[in-house]
Amino acid sequence: MNDVLSPPSSRFAPSGRDAAPRSQAQALLGSALRRAAALRRNLLATIGLAIVILLVVFAIAAPLLSGGASPLDQDLSSRLLPPSRAHLFGTDDLGRDIYARVVYGSRATLTIVALVSIIVAPVGLAVGTMAGYFGGAVDLALMRVTDIFLAFPRLVLALAFASALGPGIDNAVLAISLTAWAPYARISRAETASIVRSDYIAAIVLAGASPARIIFRHVTPLCLSSVIIRLTVDMAGIILTAAGLGFLGLGAQPPTPEWGAMVAAGRDVILDQWWVATIPGLAIFVVSLAFNLLGDGLRDAFDPKSS
Amino acid sequence: MSGEALFEVEALNVTYVDPRRSVRAVRDVSFALGRERLGIVGESGYGKSTLGRALLGLVQFPGIVEAQTLKFQGRDLKSFKPAEWQALRGRHVSMVMQDAKYSLNPVRRVGEQIMETYRLHNSKDRREARRRALEMLDAVRIREPEAVFDLYPHQLSGGMGQRAMIAMMLIGNPEALIADEPTSSLDVTVQNQVLRVMDELVAKRGMGLILISHNLSVVSSFCDRILVMYGGRIVESLDRDRLESARHPYTRALFASAPSLTHPVETLSVVKRDPAWAE
Repeated sequence: MNDVLSPPSSRFAPSGRDAAPRSQAQALLGSALRRAAALRRNLLATIGLAIVILLVVFAIAAPLLSGGASPLDQDLSSRLLPPSRAHLFGTDDLGRDIYARVVYGSRATLTIVALVSIIVAPVGLAVGTMAGYFGGAVDLALMRVTDIFLAFPRLVLALAFASALGPGIDNAVLAISLTAWAPYARISRAETASIVRSDYIAAIVLAGASPARIIFRHVTPLCLSSVIIRLTVDMAGIILTAAGLGFLGLGAQPPTPEWGAMVAAGRDVILDQWWVATIPGLAIFVVSLAFNLLGDGLRDAFDPKSS
Repeated sequence: MSGEALFEVEALNVTYVDPRRSVRAVRDVSFALGRERLGIVGESGYGKSTLGRALLGLVQFPGIVEAQTLKFQGRDLKSFKPAEWQALRGRHVSMVMQDAKYSLNPVRRVGEQIMETYRLHNSKDRREARRRALEMLDAVRIREPEAVFDLYPHQLSGGMGQRAMIAMMLIGNPEALIADEPTSSLDVTVQNQVLRVMDELVAKRGMGLILISHNLSVVSSFCDRILVMYGGRIVESLDRDRLESARHPYTRALFASAPSLTHPVETLSVVKRDPAWAE
């Protein structure tokens, strides 16, 4: 585990940077710079990061960036207009500005991604670390439950949950989380199993620490890095599942602008008014691609074990 | 000494069970520890560490601990439940392990880890714990405790790490300390320094110390009494100043095999084992 903290290997050999840092701050800065450099060298990851940042900016500043158009205002006299100067991406079947709807749709996407991450990572960590720490029957029971969740195709299971819970963004988040936590439990269990055997865990047992304390204060921090990396790589899948639920009418409900639901609405007119379905589809494609690229780049830069 | 015995052990056995064969790692070990420094010597694989772990309730399945008597300050350890062991460890009995490099959590600051042991057993007050941890670092002769407090384990030298470890294990003010080869990962000069720090603290607090080692010279210079283990048994118990009068052939062979500065020899003597010793 020491290699997490030791200086990066020779592939990050500093070029022109101070090879022998003189202070802790400088060393930290140096290692951050080297990691940043490794990330930047990966052009694709940079593009991914740029798009993700853009997504966040759009979600925060949606009212400013939508050009004054509201995503909900209907204007039946200007239905299904092709892209023009007045309507950058055209209008949909209710005369709503598609550009504004795509911009506001980033909010739904980001909300889902953020909420799913917040739910999935702690649940997976808790299950995995407990299974890894206690072993034996606890391990067996928890991991078989995990296996059951892993055995279902993700979208199908999410669909089942979403239709059982009822449509809506909150329930979509729950449904996706229920299907997404299992791999995190697997990862943290594997990490825990190796961490528990180390001497510093024996040392804290000797100091009289309780199992709960050992799991949360000593084991979890060491599992975090692999969980976070997995989460970034997983983002694209989460976005696609969310869009899939929206497309099938189980995600965000009209009139909320959501990309999947927008694609579904444009389906009827796809041959004559292609832009109605294509533009939100492209948004989904670009954003999930961006998360994939960023995740791969992050994994290369931060995971010492993958090289 | 019997009045204030810390550990009373009689006929302690540790067996590792396996469907095919069982290994008795510790056999019929009996001893008592008062507020003294007790050394346990023997070659590797002869049950020294297992004995230390048994005293702390750390032998896990497939290891099985049996004893006629296993008491700490008159309390029967045999009937201890996990929660009772937890309260005992760190507060009443601590253990310093072999290599500090692996015994400190690599992602947490040294000071935090020392504080943690204190807060596990005493007040939860952070400031009080921090003050105690700094005192402890100072007591183990770490210069600039304030600076070391915020370092990560990989930033410490081996000797500093081991002293930090000692600080972590003594901050709970235990009555007994088990040191399992505390210095075998250090070089000779640092070894002495660390041992002296430990010895001084143990003496000052009137604690009982069990020093487990395969290093005869270390044990004989730091301990009041020495137990010699062979094949999981205690074959001989010697007072420090009566080492010369060792009776058991294994002990004598062990002493004879240590090189001497005053009587250099061409070939060091080798212990010739007699199967009867293990019986």
